[in-house]
Amino acid sequence: MATVEELKLRVQELENELLKCKLRQCSGSDGDDSHGHHRPRIEKMSAEVVDSNPYSRLMALKRMGIVEDYEKIRTYTVAVVGVGGVGSVTAEMLTRCGIGKLLLFDYDKVELANMNRLFFQPHQAGLSKVEAAEHTLRNINPDVVFETHNYNITTMDNFTHFMERISHGGLQEGSPVDLVLSCVDNFEARMAINAACNELGQIWMESGVSENAVSGHIQLIIPGETACFACAPPLVVAANIDEKTLKREGVCAASLPTTMGVVAGILVQNVLKYLLRFGTVSHYLGYNAMQDFFPSMSMKANPQCEDRYCRERQEEFRKKEVERPKQEVVEEEEQVVHEDNEWGIELVSEVTEEELRAASGPVPDLPEGITVAYTIPEERATRGPEEDTVPETEQSLEELMAQMRKM
Amino acid sequence: MADEATRKAVSEIPLLKTNSGPRDKELWVQRLKEEYLALIKYVENNKKADNDWFRLESNKEGTRWFGKCWYIHDLLKYEFDLEFDIPVTYPATAPEVAIPELDGKTAKMYRGGKICLTDHFKPLWARNVPKFGLAHLMALGLGPWLAVEVPDLIAKGLVQHKEQQSS
Repeated sequence: MATVEELKLRVQELENELLKCKLRQCSGSDGDDSHGHHRPRIEKMSAEVVDSNPYSRLMALKRMGIVEDYEKIRTYTVAVVGVGGVGSVTAEMLTRCGIGKLLLFDYDKVELANMNRLFFQPHQAGLSKVEAAEHTLRNINPDVVFETHNYNITTMDNFTHFMERISHGGLQEGSPVDLVLSCVDNFEARMAINAACNELGQIWMESGVSENAVSGHIQLIIPGETACFACAPPLVVAANIDEKTLKREGVCAASLPTTMGVVAGILVQNVLKYLLRFGTVSHYLGYNAMQDFFPSMSMKANPQCEDRYCRERQEEFRKKEVERPKQEVVEEEEQVVHEDNEWGIELVSEVTEEELRAASGPVPDLPEGITVAYTIPEERATRGPEEDTVPETEQSLEELMAQMRKM
Repeated sequence: MADEATRKAVSEIPLLKTNSGPRDKELWVQRLKEEYLALIKYVENNKKADNDWFRLESNKEGTRWFGKCWYIHDLLKYEFDLEFDIPVTYPATAPEVAIPELDGKTAKMYRGGKICLTDHFKPLWARNVPKFGLAHLMALGLGPWLAVEVPDLIAKGLVQHKEQQSS
């Protein structure tokens, strides 16, 4: 007769075995690798056109004169923040392109509600997104180095760690990453990435899909040079939908695999162009799915930006620009003048511009199809003393905390 | 935007002065004091108006907040635990208030039970940085959310009244 201790051990043994079986089955259902189709790591990218070379079609870009040095992609590190509808596809594209190293950040778990988007599969439900993504991506391309972090970057402790990894998580440990990609779905996380990148002087690209799923955008942010995420109210692609017909009852957000796939595609395209130096790198590219319209533009950093580090980076950029030899580009703006106006007709607005501006706020000069989510009136800095503000207090923070607790 | 009662309640919350977030050491303590002063005043106002509806407290760094909020419906009190972290970008971005026990019960929520605020909230907050604080977040964010969602959750039978809570 076995003792209780012996039985306990046996149960433990069986539990471990079950866990192993589960793991084996889990990786097996991922497809090819159940048949042992793990390919070995490839030390050097080959341009040889054979069926067994996963990089032959990419290296062909060199022969066609599109990219000068494709192999360089293996020296780059990209951090993808947010591994959801856009981020997972972005990471997969970069993995297939043979990027050197990927850092993945996300605190979410895979859910069945994500299945209308690409990449994740139903059997991965319950796993953390970064863990599930790493598993799939490693199978696709074992040459890529992965580093995953399962946390929310906007809280204090995690943010410090996030900054440390951005500045030291490059392929050569200790070097910064080459590019940060924001594939998050909320304003708070975008502002956190913006704050980190401004402080570190880290170049990054922002991407987004609207909550109604029919527009999106990508944006390149070079701290101090191009507008940062805090330089202006959030930019949105006008979808030309009558607000009155847009129903929001009972839902927070809609999503489509198509729009997310398109945005991930234009994002990674811009990444490849930026890293491998070909074509024109977009500063801002919008996608309006309703009209199939792609507005693009470029916006300079705002000298009055609320982010102190953005202003510091701007100062550095100005100094660098002064030192650089000048290339004179004369751009003449043509004024529209009608040949003759014999009746002296002039357009006079019924509201003065000042009146309009006071009611809303200044709208940056934006091309057709791009607008701001909201405006901020300028007077907010000037008003203040006459408003009812919190009184000065002799009480310490601890006393105030205790007072609140007693209420 | 908000209804008349909310507007009045908000106008009586003192505005904050210090534009500082949890990453700014001393200035953050100053901001925290202002947060507590505004919250205390708001709770006092609510009590006076016989509309006391939440309590909040924080860890000693003031970076993590938790508490209770309640809603009276058909003379019955429904109480919920609430929590949120102060984002590193506060006060430029408002915290995301969560009621974890309601996660999955309403579509007006993001994962983890974070409440989904109206389109009006973000612009309103952005226009009032750094004057708005946590008391304003309660009054303009959580308050209106509870007023819309709780009666609906009760009607759908997704929230039941706990006997011992009868008030």
